[in-house]
Amino acid sequence: MTVTAPQPAAWPADRGLLPSEPLALLAADGEPTSCRELELPGLDVLTALHRSMVIGRRLDAQATALTRQGRLAVYPSSRGQEACQVGAVHAMREQDWLFPTYRDTVAVVTRGVDPVEALTLLRGDWHCGYDPYRHRVAPQCTPLATGSLHAVGLARAAAIKGEDTVAVTFLGDGATSEGDAHEALNFAGVWNAPVVFFVQNNGYAISVPLAKQTAAPSLAHKGIGYGVASMLIDGNDPAVVYAAARTAISAAASGAGPTLIEALTYRIEAHTNADDAARYRGEDEVRAWLARDPITRLDRYLRAAGALDDRRSAEISAAAERAAAGLRDRMATRPEPDPAELFRHVYARPTAALAAQHAQLEAGLGARHPERP
Amino acid sequence: MTSTPAGTANRPQAPAAAPVTMAAALNRALADALAADDRVVVFGEDVGTLGGVFRITDGLAARFGEDRVFDTPLAEAGIVGTAIGMAMNGLRPLVEMQFDAFAYPAFEQITSHLAKMRNRTRGRIELPVVVRIPYGGGIGGVEHHSDSSEAYFTHTAGLRVVTPGTPADAYTLLRQAIDCPDPVIFLEPKRRYWSREESALSTDGPPADTAVVRRPGRDVTLISYGGTVATALEAAATGADAGWDIEVIDLRSLSPFDDATVTASVRRTGRAVVIHEASGFCGYGAEAAARISEQCFHYLEAPVLRVTGFDIPYPPPLLEEHHLPTTERILRAVQRLQWNDNA
Repeated sequence: MTVTAPQPAAWPADRGLLPSEPLALLAADGEPTSCRELELPGLDVLTALHRSMVIGRRLDAQATALTRQGRLAVYPSSRGQEACQVGAVHAMREQDWLFPTYRDTVAVVTRGVDPVEALTLLRGDWHCGYDPYRHRVAPQCTPLATGSLHAVGLARAAAIKGEDTVAVTFLGDGATSEGDAHEALNFAGVWNAPVVFFVQNNGYAISVPLAKQTAAPSLAHKGIGYGVASMLIDGNDPAVVYAAARTAISAAASGAGPTLIEALTYRIEAHTNADDAARYRGEDEVRAWLARDPITRLDRYLRAAGALDDRRSAEISAAAERAAAGLRDRMATRPEPDPAELFRHVYARPTAALAAQHAQLEAGLGARHPERP
Repeated sequence: MTSTPAGTANRPQAPAAAPVTMAAALNRALADALAADDRVVVFGEDVGTLGGVFRITDGLAARFGEDRVFDTPLAEAGIVGTAIGMAMNGLRPLVEMQFDAFAYPAFEQITSHLAKMRNRTRGRIELPVVVRIPYGGGIGGVEHHSDSSEAYFTHTAGLRVVTPGTPADAYTLLRQAIDCPDPVIFLEPKRRYWSREESALSTDGPPADTAVVRRPGRDVTLISYGGTVATALEAAATGADAGWDIEVIDLRSLSPFDDATVTASVRRTGRAVVIHEASGFCGYGAEAAARISEQCFHYLEAPVLRVTGFDIPYPPPLLEEHHLPTTERILRAVQRLQWNDNA
């Protein structure tokens, strides 16, 4: 698609007003909207988004199943948020960096990270299982919003070095209450840093609904106070997510500075497999959001456009099943992490004290209780 | 990136012609590091145009440009957090926290990310970041300007924590910290900023993770660091008049702890006093005393004593003299070590 510059209609000159309705390119029924601020991506892009979303959702379901089999300690599901995670990642260029949170496993695997490596954190054999430099994906961040500052720093360094790199940092609605989110927006604004803040507003911070999180008219408004261009979009519309992220990345890369994108979406599953969502939200609410499903929406559009049929759909489903089976098989055995690794990466070279503690641990492995001399 | 002025890279360090203050030595270390390595960037609150509230970064922005030495918004988590991202992208950030207690907003970034990123990523992400923190009391600072925060950082694995006791060592340690592949908390004893020493500043010196014996002695080991090194040396000099031959160790590196140097000293003297300004309870001296007990038990003639700040919030300026370790308190501790002239 043609990358368009930020549209004045979406970002008024005074940046003081935001449309109250989120931008959408595809309505919930898959019909194109009359939105003029952003351009509907071509069928090649939308087809790719569709495939990634179907595979991402299947892997997500497999990960949830793995918690029930005891193969994962815990899993925060991305289900329902595929448009956000897939759309934003597809909009990124090879040289850009992704700063994901713990809920963004679908984004991480869409970026190219091996699902087993992505799930290492949640399986528990190490903290981050993948090489962040390989696909330019920072470790999934468990503390909220702290990674946004890393994204701003990385982007600023790129600008200092004259590199064409944009950092895309993911946040949830709850994370926008954290001080680090505000410091990151402020630093990004002051430095005009090439950063995109992508906020997946899924309505809940574990159990706390948005109304208890903020009194702001929208989370996008939080960018305005920091001089950061901000937009509000339908986060269950993969087309608008892609177009908005592409526009923001293009703007950042061209020196126009950071953008905050608030994408309205919904967490279909509980916070994690260990959470009980029935304690704080009703089934009717979930059903209403299921009717706004991002995959169904794109499926309808692609079929109407003649870019998807039953045969093609079955082929994608089969690919998703193969991916899930591969994940299941590779996660079937319990990993045996090496205790020696506990000491290996704390410093560039282990200190004398760590070397001694390592020797102590090795000596104790499999040893019997000492007896009184 | 903004280039270094031609011809200044790898400029040899001229021997100091006159006694140099610790502040000037630190300034020189920063300038030399900026000149030697294009990846070094210096930033923080007021470090640009003003040159820092203690003038440690004086003249650096003018000399190296705004892309390499710059002011930031007033937000410490932001400063350390963005330094982490810059280091991920190949720079070597050197950031300043304006005062000890004003570094606390950055605590999460320091302990949860700066300290852990290497381990989290199995060594793939290296964060050669130096966080400079002016710390400690003795300058008549009002509340929140005199904390000794070392124990918060030494308790965190993955950080190196160093603190210089002399101007020459301030230069050496800071250059070593900048070259270190691990994150370093660089604690600057602000009451010694204006202390002077005749020295040719040099990167050659003891390794950054080792302690040094500042004054040899046979009777007792004083273990000091940062602002208390000068106090300990003063106590040793005064004690000499009373017939005590006191050894003074300057730890330099608080994490890791140089067990070899400390143990060798205490095994010789059989007596040890640990001195610091921070409160004693769960303070750094507790770790030092425990290590000495574990490694020197049969060599000790007396329990390891601590001379520290009281277990109180840092006092207001007109009362701080009662809180800080003094030569008198140190010598009283030496006396309490059940002295036996015939031993």
